[in-house]
Amino acid sequence: MKRLLLSTAIVLTANAVCAKTTDVIVGLQLEPPHLDPTSAAAGAIDQVLYSNVFEGLTRFGPDGSVNAGLAESWNISDDGLTYTFKLRSGVIFHDGSSFGSEDVVFSLNRARAEDSTNAQKALFAGIDNVEAVDATTVKVTLKAPQGNFLFNMAWGDAVIVAEESIADIKSSPIGTGAFRFGEWKQGDSISLERNMDYWGNAAALESATFKFISEPTAAFAAMMAGDIDAFYGYPAPENLAQFEADPRFQVLAGNTEGETILAINNKMEPFDDVRVRKAVSMAIDRQSIIDGAMFGYGTPIGSHFAPHHPDYIDLTGNAPFDPGAAKALLAEAGYPEGFTTTLKLPPPSYARRGGEIIAAQLRDIGIETEISNLEWAQWLEQAFRGYDYGLTIVSHTEPMDIGIYARPEYYFQYDNADFQALIKELSIESDPAKRSQMLQKAQTIISEDYVNGYLFQLALTSVVNAKLSGFWKDAPTQAVDLTAVSWSQ
Amino acid sequence: MLPYLIKRLGSLIVSLFVASLVIFACIEIVPGDPASFMLGVNAQPDTVNALREELGLNTSHTQRYVSWISGLLKGDLGTSYTYRSPVSDIVADRLQVSVPLALYALTLTILIAFPVGVLAAAWRGSAVDLFVMGATQLGIAVPNFWFAILMVIVFAINLGWFSAGGFPGWDAGILAVIKALTLPAVALALPQASILARVMRSSLLDTLSEDYIRSARAKGLSRRQVMWRHALRNAMIPVLTIIGLQFSFLLAGAIIIENVFFLPGLGRLVFQAITQRDLIVVESVVMLLVFAVVLVNFLVDLAYAWVDPRLRERS
Repeated sequence: MKRLLLSTAIVLTANAVCAKTTDVIVGLQLEPPHLDPTSAAAGAIDQVLYSNVFEGLTRFGPDGSVNAGLAESWNISDDGLTYTFKLRSGVIFHDGSSFGSEDVVFSLNRARAEDSTNAQKALFAGIDNVEAVDATTVKVTLKAPQGNFLFNMAWGDAVIVAEESIADIKSSPIGTGAFRFGEWKQGDSISLERNMDYWGNAAALESATFKFISEPTAAFAAMMAGDIDAFYGYPAPENLAQFEADPRFQVLAGNTEGETILAINNKMEPFDDVRVRKAVSMAIDRQSIIDGAMFGYGTPIGSHFAPHHPDYIDLTGNAPFDPGAAKALLAEAGYPEGFTTTLKLPPPSYARRGGEIIAAQLRDIGIETEISNLEWAQWLEQAFRGYDYGLTIVSHTEPMDIGIYARPEYYFQYDNADFQALIKELSIESDPAKRSQMLQKAQTIISEDYVNGYLFQLALTSVVNAKLSGFWKDAPTQAVDLTAVSWSQ
Repeated sequence: MLPYLIKRLGSLIVSLFVASLVIFACIEIVPGDPASFMLGVNAQPDTVNALREELGLNTSHTQRYVSWISGLLKGDLGTSYTYRSPVSDIVADRLQVSVPLALYALTLTILIAFPVGVLAAAWRGSAVDLFVMGATQLGIAVPNFWFAILMVIVFAINLGWFSAGGFPGWDAGILAVIKALTLPAVALALPQASILARVMRSSLLDTLSEDYIRSARAKGLSRRQVMWRHALRNAMIPVLTIIGLQFSFLLAGAIIIENVFFLPGLGRLVFQAITQRDLIVVESVVMLLVFAVVLVNFLVDLAYAWVDPRLRERS
């Protein structure tokens, strides 16, 4: 027994010494519910698996650009209806089966099938037909030209899966990426191992472990005690200054695709009056919300569009912080004494903390809010599907989702025929210059209609061991791409 | 004894049945649809419906209750909506953490509470007693998660003796498991030990004022002999009751401590399942816990009979 203990101790210390060059432990706040990125909305699934285990025809780069993935190159027909993808050859799935055009046909048809449970089924709605021309060529025919088809194919919901391994994908995912799935200790961690047969550059890390720590104080302790090497999306911004001051760590502060908005129920009285919506927008001091709720991390926005996008225009000037003018607008709309409404807050801290500040700011112009804190499932039921809310705070994390304003049944119930027509035109336009113009027009329309109170672009703050490099700073999609991560000595 | 056992068993089955109805009803009326939760804000209605169909959520309440109960009777706890694996497997995984943690904490509780309670009762009114009463008051008042965080800062961050949390799994060996569970067990044990020590003390004091104790003393036994031979054993009944309740509590009530130490225990599973609307997991786990509590109470009843011969004879 003594010898056993001794050898265990030696193995343990040996691990502690050498593990640090080939292995990384990354903390995440949320655990994936299962491991199929193509049948759930949970961002945690993509965080663990996107690009690491699963790859799509195209893939997002760290800056949000759309690059070649499993498709080496592609041709678009002149009418914009046919995309011919040339696939990489010599790619094999982690179970040893080879990747080819039939896997692409299977994946895309599965995603758009009638009984599909793909959370982003709309991405595939424009596809008319998918056809395997030969082993490494796939032809996708669209119903109408679609300007962002290649962008759509880079989403985690569009990764390529194989028919042979689909039955068990939720517990043992088989992809083509630089890491293969190792083990899932439910409630604790998921480990990945380097794929030695990867078609591209092999990963520098031999293995990686994602550890799930939901409690902010526990995240702090785990980082400080050296139990984990990085925490992606660190949940307690109040500790970041302490990490920044500590030479053992680096803090990465980047952008996400999350437009954080004070959503307004546009069909509900008195918010059906644009003057009231404008008054609400002008009563809000964005910077004080960013400082108070997010400890300074976040970029003010004036419309539903990400500031790091090349087509972004700064429209924050449409609703400057001016309580006096806001009060006058309310009086003009017939509410000189203000009114009372509901403010429903989902769990994230941007909503709970931001909600208190916004309630105080609205009170200054006479709007009383009844705050209720909801769980996500309740929020979906009451606010999202039941339209039973006056105001709510949500960060819309999907990339390039301004199109939701063209859906009159969407929970803020904005119904503007001009905007809907514009988005329709945009969806079939593939000329970059024209697209850019249209996107700017779209931003302007919703900003000038004061559809929602536009607060800030959600920041992504990660704490990383100072000796690690290669983590993405920004989050163009919810991924923790480890393919370029390595230790420096 | 046999008719008594049959009667108890009958009431046990009835209470389990009633519990199953209450649990099912409560959880089914909780707002929030598991399918729309999983598919998020961009999902189309037909996709949500396809998932509801796949999960069997489009059937009636009665149908679902019947299939759940008939599964339970066969030992099948159902399949988790989110994890898509059998609930029994998931629960078994979590019990590997929760049972040892509860036992560890309970052992510490007893090891602390017994001597402290006896000491305080034996020296009633002395400085020792006053100190014990003050310290246990503090132990009950201080929130255990705060104490847990304090221990993490001292022992994990500053001293580096323990890791800040997590569970290495049984593959890592018994030592690693003990090391991982020590801080959480201490954090869980302190308030429980404070409660138990106070119960122990007051129960002993009650017993010590009984006539038979005076008789024993008059017979010529020393204080110590009276304490060990007569008082302690008779004071055990309320103490055992509390220990039974504490074990049930420690098994499932450690959610906050599990979160502070990010341990994959049963409490965190239920908590996660509730937020994700994984109703089948919540229902089955709660049912299992009800069963465990009923079972523990039954064992406590048996223990009463062991310490008190009168109960044995009466039945």
